[in-house]
Amino acid sequence: MSSAQDLRKRIKSVSNTQQITKAMKMVASARLRRAQTKAKSTEPYAEKLGQILKNVSSTLDSEKLATYPLMNVREVNRTCYILIGADKGLAGAYTSNLIKFFGHATEAKEASTFETITVGRKPTEYLQYHHYGLTHSHVGFSDKPEYSHARQIVQEATKLFLEGTVDEVILIYTHFVNSLTQNVQSLKLLPIEMEGHVEGELNDLYIYEPNVEAIYDQLLPKYLEITMYNALLQASASELGARMTAMTSATDNAGELISTLNLEYNKLRQAGITNEISEIVGGANALQ
Amino acid sequence: MSSGKTMHLNIITPDATVYSGDVSFVVARTEIGDLGILPRHANLVAALEIAPLRLDSADGKKTFLANFGGFLEIKDNVVTVVTPNCELPEQIDVERAQRAKTRAEERLQSKNADIDFQRAQLALKRSLLRLDIKKKMG
Repeated sequence: MSSAQDLRKRIKSVSNTQQITKAMKMVASARLRRAQTKAKSTEPYAEKLGQILKNVSSTLDSEKLATYPLMNVREVNRTCYILIGADKGLAGAYTSNLIKFFGHATEAKEASTFETITVGRKPTEYLQYHHYGLTHSHVGFSDKPEYSHARQIVQEATKLFLEGTVDEVILIYTHFVNSLTQNVQSLKLLPIEMEGHVEGELNDLYIYEPNVEAIYDQLLPKYLEITMYNALLQASASELGARMTAMTSATDNAGELISTLNLEYNKLRQAGITNEISEIVGGANALQ
Repeated sequence: MSSGKTMHLNIITPDATVYSGDVSFVVARTEIGDLGILPRHANLVAALEIAPLRLDSADGKKTFLANFGGFLEIKDNVVTVVTPNCELPEQIDVERAQRAKTRAEERLQSKNADIDFQRAQLALKRSLLRLDIKKKMG
């Protein structure tokens, strides 16, 4: 049985911890809101670019499309995985869910048949610790990505793909649904697959300047970049959401713990007082 | 749809919609030269260069923007510029552009094999464009 003094100390330390988790929760929720607005503001760009891409590709036939190096589908011997995770911990199961997903994806494969590119300190450390080959790693911007980061990662990935080091590039990231639900997803980045490509299905007639092929050639990397940027933004919103949820439950747990400890402390205090009174009464009775 | 004298222009970047409004004239630079666009232009898709983008507002006021590549689409009298980055004159940081220019020039002159020649060239192009826009717009 702990003494009243011990209990007082514990209550104090738990409430200090609670203050910290509460502050972290508030910081995370403020930044989550900003990350969500940012993710939303890329939507028009992605939408318009996708629309142009679709329009342009409908004027090209499938044979022509297959000649673009970025759309070159070949037998898969080596794969490049891009893992988007967090720089910091205290975000619940955010990073471990991502790594679990990566583990499932690579289960049947030899470690020598894939390359990895990581974003965030946590997945980087994990891969280093488990001696996976790490081709590129990026740290320092997992919760505030910018377009230039996306461009750099896309450049690295396309270089690996065009050199023939890898035959496909798969992106693993966390999709943000809301602050309570985030799903880890994988997405094939390269080779680019044109969904629902219908040859010659022309909605509108366009003039192309300088010509269709040149435009298409420039559109594809931009499409990759925005896909990547979108994934980075989704991941950052997920990270902040996961952190907010984790910190909310930590604050709640600390509150519960404090009330249990308070109850115990008060019981102990009451018992002490009762004891003293009965001693005094006993002493007074003995004098009579 | 607007009247015959103006067209709607949207400039969209990954982070924001930089410009949205009615204009009477747009000049954008493509790979093969400047492209002047008046209202009711035929539908068109063009790839843009790192170059100034001129737009005249409905009352004829000229503005130059720093446009860093991307694409231009015209559809039904609506012009949409989809670009990785586009800066208004007042957003340009002259000192930073000047520093970037000096750095890029040094890199290009160093004749070192490790430097990424293409990247330095692009950086120089971008900084020159920023300075040019600032000079044009005061």
